[in-house]
Amino acid sequence: MNEVAPMEQFSEKPLVEACARAPVGLLAELTHRCPLQCPYCSNPLELDRVNSELTTAEWQDVMRQAADLGILQIHLSGGEPTVRKDLEDIVEVAAKAGLYTNLITAGVTLTRDRLKRLKDLGLDHVQLSIQDVDEANAEKISAYKNGLAKKREVGKWVREFEMPLTINAPIHRHNIENLPNIIDFAVEMGAGRIEVANIQYYAWALKNRASLMPTRAQVLKSAEIVEEAKERLKGIMVFDFVVPDYYAKTPKPCMGGWGRGVMNVTPQGRVLPCHAAESVPGLEFDNVKDRRLADIWLHGQAFEKYRGTSWMKEPCRGCPRAEIDFGGCRCQAMAFTGDPTNTDPACKLSPHHLAFVAAAEAESGVANPPPFVYRRMSPAKATAAE
Amino acid sequence: MSGEGHRTRVIIVPASKPALPPHIKLRHDPGRGRWHVLAPERVFEPDPIAIEILKRCDGVNSVEEIASELAKEYNAPLQEILTDTISMLQELSDKGVIRA
Repeated sequence: MNEVAPMEQFSEKPLVEACARAPVGLLAELTHRCPLQCPYCSNPLELDRVNSELTTAEWQDVMRQAADLGILQIHLSGGEPTVRKDLEDIVEVAAKAGLYTNLITAGVTLTRDRLKRLKDLGLDHVQLSIQDVDEANAEKISAYKNGLAKKREVGKWVREFEMPLTINAPIHRHNIENLPNIIDFAVEMGAGRIEVANIQYYAWALKNRASLMPTRAQVLKSAEIVEEAKERLKGIMVFDFVVPDYYAKTPKPCMGGWGRGVMNVTPQGRVLPCHAAESVPGLEFDNVKDRRLADIWLHGQAFEKYRGTSWMKEPCRGCPRAEIDFGGCRCQAMAFTGDPTNTDPACKLSPHHLAFVAAAEAESGVANPPPFVYRRMSPAKATAAE
Repeated sequence: MSGEGHRTRVIIVPASKPALPPHIKLRHDPGRGRWHVLAPERVFEPDPIAIEILKRCDGVNSVEEIASELAKEYNAPLQEILTDTISMLQELSDKGVIRA
């Protein structure tokens, strides 16, 4: 049985019907508010304010439109999605529309009653993030006290309600040595799936790259640990291993290709081809308040800009991997080379590749990395927004 | 995903009674004109044989019964179908798509 990864078909031919190339998944960033302050947060540096967030009715409409467009799975994320008091109302509509609903949560603001309600309303799956299994280190990473104990509790409730659980473990130099314990923790929690997700260096993570980057030796060791655990835990826990591309030779097929399988809606309702797309200049982002989701997906300027392969220049153009990795990540090309139409510097064919690898090696080799810049709303504006 | 019972690998045998757990959804997608298996953060696209097997995974039918039904339907040798069915269900079980 083949996995749809993440879209079954993308055709350059004239469209017969919208769903001929409909996205498989939609990441709904319901809010940027979060009690945790992890320095690798994937949210943009400029966070959306609470008073600018879409209303309940607007999110419910996004869910219905997503189902109509042919989207199969909805990932309810943030920030921390459970800080929205109307999460139940959004889940209910999503489930009724036939979407497979996935809650991506840090867990610390969830209660047992609320989880039960969400389950009864049709929530299909819970993805619980952990910062580390070492309590003090988890506190240091998240700038949040007693988070781990709370996460254990959430895991218990998920089991009690017989819901499927994924443990998401973002990996970096401050917890990579604990990977075997993190895997054990996920087994103990009853997780059917674990994401061993090396940090991808965008937004806050990019800002903190020098504090977070593991060494090449650490990454290779972690890959060995995952391989061994995968075999040992076959039929018990499924692994998803995301490698850091700084030590790769070929880029990742970011988002499965731009505008190919997934779309992202920000708290304010802007629709993005990926969550970091706002870092790429020259893109116009439509808002769900102004335009139908299907129209944005099919004809939005930001989606059309880097969809397919026609935008590519050398060495992507004509490369046998052009339709495998789609030139890698536009945001990373922008961040590292200053030109989003360049090949991803993670590719060994990029003229920037050596400098890219050298940056990771130099930063990870420093004995005392710089302190974290925690993910926070800028204080003055935050006060104004409250 | 409930309790300690989940924490050992299930080995599929002819007497196993496979079922889809509630969070795994075999769904026909009218827009795309095909079947999907919706799983946690995964979408699978079952081939025609897998669809026929999955439709019969109701926790009542045994693997042997499923195979013998398919052997009749497709006029194929039972032993061959049984072997293929077991290996497919083992793979699906390892991916968390079925329980037995």
